[in-house]
Amino acid sequence: MNRVLPILTVLLAILVIWYVGAIAMNAPWQNTLNSRAELTDVSFTDFALQTWAQDRPLLPAPHQVVGEIWNATVALELTSKRSLAYHGWITLSSTLLGFVLGTALGAALAVFIVHNEAANRSLMPWIIASQTIPILAIAPMVVVGLGSIGVTGTVPRALISMYLSFFPVVVGMVKGLRSPEGIQLDLMRTYDASPWQTFWKLRWPAAMPMLFASMKVGIAISLIGAVVSELSNAAGGGLGVRLLTGSYNGQTIQIWAALFIAAALAAVLVMIVGFAESAVNRRMGARPA
Amino acid sequence: MSAVVSAQNLGLTFKTNDGDVVALSDVNLTIEKGEFVSFIGPSGCGKTTFLRTIADLEQPTSGTLTINGQTPGDARKDRAYGYVFQAPALYPWRTIEKNIALPLEIMGYSQSQQAERIKRTMDLVNLSGFEKKYPWQLSGGMQQRASIARALAFDADLLLMDEPFGALDEIVRDHLNSELLKLWEATKKTICFVTHSIPEAVYLSTKIVVMSPRPGRVTDVIESNLPRERPLDIRETPEFLAIAARVRDGLRAGHSYDGDHV
Repeated sequence: MNRVLPILTVLLAILVIWYVGAIAMNAPWQNTLNSRAELTDVSFTDFALQTWAQDRPLLPAPHQVVGEIWNATVALELTSKRSLAYHGWITLSSTLLGFVLGTALGAALAVFIVHNEAANRSLMPWIIASQTIPILAIAPMVVVGLGSIGVTGTVPRALISMYLSFFPVVVGMVKGLRSPEGIQLDLMRTYDASPWQTFWKLRWPAAMPMLFASMKVGIAISLIGAVVSELSNAAGGGLGVRLLTGSYNGQTIQIWAALFIAAALAAVLVMIVGFAESAVNRRMGARPA
Repeated sequence: MSAVVSAQNLGLTFKTNDGDVVALSDVNLTIEKGEFVSFIGPSGCGKTTFLRTIADLEQPTSGTLTINGQTPGDARKDRAYGYVFQAPALYPWRTIEKNIALPLEIMGYSQSQQAERIKRTMDLVNLSGFEKKYPWQLSGGMQQRASIARALAFDADLLLMDEPFGALDEIVRDHLNSELLKLWEATKKTICFVTHSIPEAVYLSTKIVVMSPRPGRVTDVIESNLPRERPLDIRETPEFLAIAARVRDGLRAGHSYDGDHV
């Protein structure tokens, strides 16, 4: 209970601020509506309820978003083009594929960089430069470009996710693979261990904490990459498309519902990486925190 | 002759950004099989560098050094020595028995050989019962014993120890010193032992090499006439004190007590 109470307090505070904010932000439009309908003498309670029930509010109230999520998931066929579960699945599949590819690419690059001084000097600047290019500029080129040669669907979107998620893994794993101390490496040398043995018995296990830390960042930005890549191909579906069509049509409730699904997906994915991390920590005998 | 370590005119100069540092200069030393040799001297006298040179962790820049008649590199590839570092350097993700198994895995011992050797060396360092513990669950003294077991596991005849008990308190250190002597007696290994402590050097050694800094060199080599059987209270006998006095003289002669050293 001691742990639940603060969480509930914060949650309640957010809800209160949100509802109050909804009144404030939706009030001008509600005033316009009421004056058009020649409604006067609306009590504050009624006015508040009106601002929380608009069709296209500036800021939808929480229950409107929850209702939209319910209507667009549980209450709809999974195959419906309006189902957030359907669009969520499209986003999730490219996120996961991109994350797996990005982690593999990042780890492979890190291994190469750690074992090869030329690679260290020549690759790192390009890797950093790759992240200075706005993803919004790259995504359409990749999606449209690959589409023109017949590669469509999950793969082009996953490539954008990979492009974003490999970066934290490279940086983290280079650090992690270099984390063994001098005497731990000297020890391997006194055993005349091969580079392969030094890698698997020392560098790789030593890098695990950094791998998981960077994978947590990686999976979250993988999702961002997936959403951004969907903006380039509205026919392909995905949460990004729901955001896009929502904003074209002024469907703020739809936007917020898609945002919440995306946020929840990211949270769940990061949690799954966290569970994997705890499992690996237990296997590696880490001191309980 | 069965010289395990033989150094002639050995020198080692480190190149640094602000000039050369002479870590070892004209070191001549022979260590016979079965000896317990301590290297004593203040910081910067090159005793650890000398040990690392024997282990092929540093490369000499002049003179010759042979281990069992081989170059240090070949001796290392033959797994001629076990090395105990200042810190236990146990891998935190391995249990104690898996840490001891590390060299055995690398050297390709079978599972049954590994199990047999782990048991034997853990008995030798009195760690039986702690096989499944992780390093953080052990005290500093026990961790260092585990690292000694790891160095013994593959039966190298030469044991190189770089201030293995330097970080431990005196009570634990006394205890481990007498255990180390028993272990040396039982295994008949040749031991090279780097230390800061005069009583530790005199108590353990058959030969004490006194070194001094700038440049790192050997100033005295003292053969100990103490019996091989050494209870802890031997440290109050006149013979013991005479050797300790000679070590202290050697250190002083090397201008090592010029104030900036312990």
